[in-house]
Amino acid sequence: MSTTSNEAYEPYYVPEQSKLPIFASIGIFLTVYGMGNILIDMSAGEDHSLGIWILMTGGLVLGFTLFTWFSTVIKENHAKMYSAQMNRSFVWGMSWFILSEVFFFAAFFGALFYVRMFSIDWIAGEGGRGPSDMLWPGFEAAWPLLNTPDMERFPGAHTSMGWFGLPLVNTILLVASSFTVNIAHHGIKEGNRQKLVLWLAITVALGIAFLICQVLEYQHAYDELGLTLNAGIYGTTFYMLTGFHGAHVTLGTFMLAVMLGRAIKGHFRDDDCFGFEAAAWYWHFVDVVWIGLFVFVYILGS
Amino acid sequence: MSAVIEEHHHDDHHHGPAKGIMRWVFTTNHKDIGTLYLWFSFAMFLLGGSFALVIRAELFQPGLQIVEPEFFNQMTTMHGLIMVFGAVMPAFVGLANWLVPMMIGAPDMALPRMNNYSFWILPFAFTMLASTLLMEGGGPNFGWTFYAPLSTEQGPPSTTFFIFAVHLMGISSIMGSINVIVTILNLRAPGLTLMQMPLFVWTWLITAFLLIAVMPVLAGVVTMMLMDIHFGTAFFNAGGGGDPVLFQHVFWFFGHPEVYIMILPAFGVVSAIIPTFARKRLFGYASMVYATSSIAFLSFIVWAHHMFTVGMPLAGELYFMYATMLIAIPTGVKVFNWVATMWQGAMTFETPMLFAIAFVILFTIGGLSGLMLAIGPADFQYHDTYFVVAHFHYVLVPGSVFSIMAAVYYWLPKWTGNMYDEALGKLHFWLSFVGINVLFFPQHFVGLAGMPRRVPDYNLQFADYNMVSSVGAFLFGFSQLLFLFIVIKCVRGGVKATDQVWEGAHGLEWTIPSPAPYHTFTTPPDLKDISEAHG
Repeated sequence: MSTTSNEAYEPYYVPEQSKLPIFASIGIFLTVYGMGNILIDMSAGEDHSLGIWILMTGGLVLGFTLFTWFSTVIKENHAKMYSAQMNRSFVWGMSWFILSEVFFFAAFFGALFYVRMFSIDWIAGEGGRGPSDMLWPGFEAAWPLLNTPDMERFPGAHTSMGWFGLPLVNTILLVASSFTVNIAHHGIKEGNRQKLVLWLAITVALGIAFLICQVLEYQHAYDELGLTLNAGIYGTTFYMLTGFHGAHVTLGTFMLAVMLGRAIKGHFRDDDCFGFEAAAWYWHFVDVVWIGLFVFVYILGS
Repeated sequence: MSAVIEEHHHDDHHHGPAKGIMRWVFTTNHKDIGTLYLWFSFAMFLLGGSFALVIRAELFQPGLQIVEPEFFNQMTTMHGLIMVFGAVMPAFVGLANWLVPMMIGAPDMALPRMNNYSFWILPFAFTMLASTLLMEGGGPNFGWTFYAPLSTEQGPPSTTFFIFAVHLMGISSIMGSINVIVTILNLRAPGLTLMQMPLFVWTWLITAFLLIAVMPVLAGVVTMMLMDIHFGTAFFNAGGGGDPVLFQHVFWFFGHPEVYIMILPAFGVVSAIIPTFARKRLFGYASMVYATSSIAFLSFIVWAHHMFTVGMPLAGELYFMYATMLIAIPTGVKVFNWVATMWQGAMTFETPMLFAIAFVILFTIGGLSGLMLAIGPADFQYHDTYFVVAHFHYVLVPGSVFSIMAAVYYWLPKWTGNMYDEALGKLHFWLSFVGINVLFFPQHFVGLAGMPRRVPDYNLQFADYNMVSSVGAFLFGFSQLLFLFIVIKCVRGGVKATDQVWEGAHGLEWTIPSPAPYHTFTTPPDLKDISEAHG
C-alpha cells in the first residue's frame, strides 16, 4: 500500500448492478451442457445430437456477453472511472489467472513424467511386479511407446514425431513472436503507433502461422506416422499436451488480434495499456509452455 | 452499456439495495453475494444431508432394506460431492465475501461483477450435477473420489455431465479465489500491513492461493477422464501404456490441498471467536500465520498418503508417511495457541464460543485419528474402512461445519442488526454436539473391527454400533432445521444488536453500525482511530 493517508483518496469504482454475469453464467452453462449432450450421443453411436444447438446457443450467449463485458470495461476505463488502485486489481487478477493456467499444464506434464519415469517400466514387470508382467508377457518398456500392451484397443504408432522439421519451425515462430510482441509494447511506450500496429500485426501473423503448422503436423502424424489420439499413452500425452497448448495459442492469438483492432482504433497510451500487456503476458506464458513441450515432448520424447 | 456509465455520474454511492428478486441476480455488492453464497450453501447442506440420511437409514440394520445397492452408491457419491463442493466450500466463500472487505476496510471485493459471475455459475453447476440422479443409468456411482477405471470404464453415461459440472465449479472457485486474493493484496486500508490483518483474512489469503493452484489440476484430471471416456486416450488404461494409479496421483494432488481449503478458513473463524469470548488477544498471532503457511506448503507434498495400499515403492511409502506426520507440528501449534488464548481468560460461553470450543476438541480428535492413518503399515489395516469415514467426518463436520455455524452465530448480529435467540442457539449447539458424536464416534470402532466403507450391507457383528450411528445421524440432521429456524427468526427481528455486538470483539467490522450498511468503507477508515486492528 503506497497510498498514504494525507494523499487524496481516489474512490475505488464499484459498479452498479450488472446484467452481464447472469448472462455469462447462462451462456457457459448451455455451452458445457450442449457439449455433454454431444459427447454422450457421439459415444452412444447416434448420428444427430440436439446438443449442437444447445452448444451453439450457449456459445453465442457467452460470446456476446463477454464482448459486451470487455467493451464495458474499456468504456469505463476511457471514461476515467478507474483509479490507479483499480488498475492494480486488473494486474493482480491477470497474474493469478496465468498462475492457475500454469497449474493446469502442470497436471498434464506431471502425467507425462509419471508415465515415463515409473508406470511404463512397472507394466513391463520392473520392480518385481509380477502380475502386470503376467498380464502382457511380451511387453517391453520403451519411449516413445510405439507397441502398447493391448495393441487391439490401442494400436500404437509406426513412428514417433521427431523434433526437426515442423516442430522446430514452430519453435522459431513462437519464440520470434515473443520478441515481436515486445517490440510492439515498446511502440506503445514510445508513443509510436505505427510501430505498435506493425509489430503487433506481425505477432498475430506468427501466431496464425504457428497454428497452420500445427494442423499440418497433426495431418502428418495421422496420415503418415499412424500417431493418433488412441494410439496409446504416447499419442495421448502428445495430443493432449500439444492440443491444449494449441488451444491456448488460439486464444492468445485472438486476444492479440483484438488488441490489434484496438490499436488501430487508437486505444492504448504509454501509461494506459494494460489490456495489451495482459494479452502479451498471456502470449509469453504460452511461449514458455511451448519451450517445455519442445524439450520434453519432442526432443526428449523422440 | 453506456447507460451504466451515465448512471454512475449522478450516483452518490450511498443508496440502498435495489428492490425485488433482480437485486440478487444482478447484484455486485459483496454483502448480497455473501448472503447468496451462504443460503446456497445451506440448501446444498440440506440436500447432501438428506442423501446422508438415506445412507444411514439403509445402514440402520444389516441386510438390504430401503434402497438398491446401485442407488446406495449414487447416494455416497453425491453426498460427498455436494457436501465438499456445494456446502463447505461455498459457505467459506460466502463468509469471505461478507467479512474480508469489512475486516480490511475495503469498499467491496476487488472485481465485483466477476464476483457475481463466480456465484451464479454454481446453481447451474449443481442443478446439472443433481439432475444426473434422474438420468438414464443413474448418477455418478463411483464415490466422490471418482477413481479410474471405475469412473472411466464402468461409470454411467451421466459421468460426462458430472465432469462438466466439476469444470463449472472449478471456474467458479478460481474466479472467486482470484477475487479474494486481489482484494486482500490490493484493497487493504492504508496502513494495514499484512501482519496486522485478522487471522480470518490471512487464512483466506492462503486458502485462495491453494485454490488457484489445485482447482486447475482437478480440471486437468476430469479432462483426462473425459478424453479416456469419449476419445480413446489411454491416461488411465494400462492396456495403452497408461496407469489407473496415475489418476489417483493427479486427483490427490488436488485432493489433499482441497482438505486444507476446507479447514484453513475454519482456523481463521475460530481464531476470531476464541479471543472475543476469552477477552484476551489471540495468543501467538505470528506463529498462527506461519503455521497456516506451513500447513499450506506441506499440503502439496503429502498427497500419496491417501494411496498407501495402492502398491507404491517402499521409498514412496516412507516418504509420504513421514512428510504427513510433519503436518501435526504446525497443527499442534495452532491447537496450543487456541488453548493458550483461553488460559486465564475471562470466558463466557455464548453459542459461537460453544461451537468454537467444540471445534478445538473434536477437530483434535479427527487430527489424531489422521495421525494414526498416516502410519503406513497401520493404514494397510484401516484403509477403506469406517475408521477413515470417522476420521474425515470428525475434521469436516465438527471441524469445518461447526466453524461455519460458529461464524454464522458470531457475525449474524452484524449482518442482520438483531441478536439471535441465545437459548435456541445453545439448544442447537447441544443437539448438534451430541448428535455428531453419537453419529461418528462408533464408526471408529466398527472401522477398526474391519467394516468396509461404501457398502450397503454389513456383517452382523457391526449391527449395534451402526444402529447407534444412524440414531445420531437423524438427531444431527433434524437439528439443522432448528438452525434454519433460528437464522430466519433472527433475520426477521429480535433484540437490537449494538455496533460492537460482543463485549470482547475487536476489528474493523465491529466499528461499523449493525446491521452493516449496504456500502461500507467507500473511503478507507483511518486506522489511527482504531487502536486494535486485530483482536
